[in-house]
Amino acid sequence: MSALNPPIAPGQTREASSFGQLIRRNGWVIGLYLLVGALLITARLIRPEYGAPDLQSLATAVLPLAFAAAAQTVVVISGGIDLSVGALMAFTSVTAAVIMKDRGDEFGLIAIVLALALGLVAGAVNGLLVVISRVPDIIVTLAMSFVWAGCALLVLNSPGGGAADWVKSLSVGSYVTEWLPRALVLALVAIGVVWIPLRRSRMGLAIYAIGSNQVAALRSGVDVRRTKVLAYAVCGLFAAMGGLALTMNTGIGTPVPGPYTLSSVAAIVLGGVSLAGGRGGMLGPLAAAFILALIRSNLFFMGVDPNYSTVIQGVILVIVVMIGGLATLRRARA
Amino acid sequence: MTDLLLDATGIVKRYGAVAALKGASLAVRPGEVHALLGANGAGKSTLVKILTGTVRADGGTISIRGETRVMRSAAEARRAGLVSVYQDPSLLPDLTVHENLRLTQTPVQPFRDWVDRLGIHRLSIHDYVRDLPLPTLRILDLARALALEPDVVLLDEMTAALPADLTERVLEVVGKHRESGRSVIFISHRLIEISQLCDRATVLRDGETVGVVDMAPGAEDRIVSLMLGPSEDGAAASATTPAVTRAAGLAPAGEPATASATGTPRIAVRGIRVGTRLADVSFELRAGEVLGVVALEGQGQEELFEVLSGSRRPDGGELLVDGVPVRFGHPADAIRAGLVYVPADRLEGLLPQRSVRENIALPFSARMADWGPIRGAAEKVSVDGAIARLQIDTRAQSEVRRLSGGNQQKVTIARWIATGVRTLLCFDPTRGIDIRTKRQIYALLRELADAGAAVLLYTSELEEVQLACDRAVIIFGGRVVEELPASAADEPTLLRAAYALPPDAPMPEQVAEAAIAGGTVA
Repeated sequence: MSALNPPIAPGQTREASSFGQLIRRNGWVIGLYLLVGALLITARLIRPEYGAPDLQSLATAVLPLAFAAAAQTVVVISGGIDLSVGALMAFTSVTAAVIMKDRGDEFGLIAIVLALALGLVAGAVNGLLVVISRVPDIIVTLAMSFVWAGCALLVLNSPGGGAADWVKSLSVGSYVTEWLPRALVLALVAIGVVWIPLRRSRMGLAIYAIGSNQVAALRSGVDVRRTKVLAYAVCGLFAAMGGLALTMNTGIGTPVPGPYTLSSVAAIVLGGVSLAGGRGGMLGPLAAAFILALIRSNLFFMGVDPNYSTVIQGVILVIVVMIGGLATLRRARA
Repeated sequence: MTDLLLDATGIVKRYGAVAALKGASLAVRPGEVHALLGANGAGKSTLVKILTGTVRADGGTISIRGETRVMRSAAEARRAGLVSVYQDPSLLPDLTVHENLRLTQTPVQPFRDWVDRLGIHRLSIHDYVRDLPLPTLRILDLARALALEPDVVLLDEMTAALPADLTERVLEVVGKHRESGRSVIFISHRLIEISQLCDRATVLRDGETVGVVDMAPGAEDRIVSLMLGPSEDGAAASATTPAVTRAAGLAPAGEPATASATGTPRIAVRGIRVGTRLADVSFELRAGEVLGVVALEGQGQEELFEVLSGSRRPDGGELLVDGVPVRFGHPADAIRAGLVYVPADRLEGLLPQRSVRENIALPFSARMADWGPIRGAAEKVSVDGAIARLQIDTRAQSEVRRLSGGNQQKVTIARWIATGVRTLLCFDPTRGIDIRTKRQIYALLRELADAGAAVLLYTSELEEVQLACDRAVIIFGGRVVEELPASAADEPTLLRAAYALPPDAPMPEQVAEAAIAGGTVA
């Protein structure tokens, strides 16, 4: 990269580094993290004993959704959508659980590697089908969600399997201080290891490019089809991480997909990823996953009927996204 | 014979039964600026797409520096040494300028130098492209192309929407580019620019290369006549077809309805302005006349029709219907004011999976006041009337998409006739349909006008002005540059006007003067 990024010539200002612009560009994401903070404070106000253990269990509970949101983010940035994320999580989760059942610790590693590989391949299959069939993403991945859900049931037809103890311990407890949940560290490291190098490579730029404007991407020399397959493959990889997180949290595999597909879409929309493609990052959806979970738990602690709490959750989502939409509209008019 | 830098010969491209190119050639010498010219539909854009790898040719060879190349993608064309700058910038809006450069592996420092030389000094390459103004993007696109040091730069309508000062800079830089033995393929609708800048010009007509002209004084005339083709054809066509039109038209073959040239015009357009495309357009359209609009591609005619049909709000100017100022916020407003629109792309106006009947009846049933049960009987009468009047072939009427293009176009017109039309806005309604149907449409427009409707007809086929219109306004660079009665609007006159050339055989000095005058006005 350094070869392509020579020092800025004298006399040419680099406004991008100015603090104000940084805030303006990432306003939405910063706002989300402030909201996370506000919700945590609210939790403390509602329940004065809210503390580090609660934070740890919150992070553990959010982990699968965080990965699901990461998966959805990649595909949506590339201009697509993946409705098979939840099913793919179930598939990889039961696969890992079956491999680890009643076996030694070393099988934990095998299970993780195989599950990740499975996710990567399944995602690539989604992408190839979208590219080759030219059927809209939403339809292909909806159809594939049934395929992956069926595969999950073939691997394990009722909840079962197992998980190595060290694998289970990855998402509970804390590191260094009790205020740093392991699950959060795991999410940051796992997503960062894949996303940061990708984002900095031309492949990552190409993912943004095809979501931004396919014609311009083509003219810029981007291989649109290959990039799309790549985006779906990375999505599958993150979905597999989500599946592993499910197995970690429960110690077993459940072949029936959880509500992660639609929750992941909610999280990325809230996280500032444009459904039209081309815009967004990983930090927003990660915060959004925590926000969705915190709203739910705060309402629970307030003693609100859980049925109402989903309604309230939905209303809050609509309002927040609307505020974002209005802000964009005003900026466009200005 | 000089060694050619780029040599494309015998290029053929078919789209289904239509041959877009049938043996086009283009030979570019090192160190020259070469213009590529042709009227609308001559195959220019197809040739560009083939050269840049967006479309594969069905035949012919392309060689660069004597080496035969097959371009399969933009990236491959770039490796072969050919980089293009398109009319619409190909920078990605959601990436920063710097990221765009990385995507195309463009070295940053040369890019900065070119940007500077092209006259843009305050640029942070970490800005998002979506936040930059359009003229800047065009310049950046050009700078990016030049920074790759290609053998051939292809500029497709690069100067079309640039402000005058930037245009000057671009032309200067492009002119200098040839000094290093590199070449430029220059596509522009501005003949004046071409005569200033280019060394030679290749002219395409009907998918073939019909001539290569050295840019010497008087070359514009040759270019125009090459673009038009052998004059006998044109003369023969216009000699026979008006008669046919009149015969086919049910109206008595009278004089065009010039009698109604008094009183309040049906539509008065005053100083309409839209973004960078429409600068200032004014004209009047009267009841009983067919007014032609003639313009080269991208001179603002799309925007004009969008404004008139209510799908775009103008940035300035005034629109009067029957003398009353109106503002359209929605196409429904325009329809309510009696302005109905027939788009060139028929599928823009039709529900392709629905029946002919439903499509024609749609403007009825979509009327807010008429919501509730559809009055089948009344609808049937007017729909049947319209079908009969337009002689729509209804054998495949259960789904509009199964009709032929010509019949589809008739349906888009019929739907407005069934409700009674006051002002019909037709945007190139005869594009891609057969000659028989075309004539039926001319006759129909005339008939509507005779019945008191006002018709505005944008056409990309110059001969249609004399076949269908009473009068024509010519738009260039977002302004009305000329207004002609149909009798004076023969093809050479129209083409000259459309290129904003003076009507008489111009001396080069005059051209230059016109350019200067035009520049100061703009």
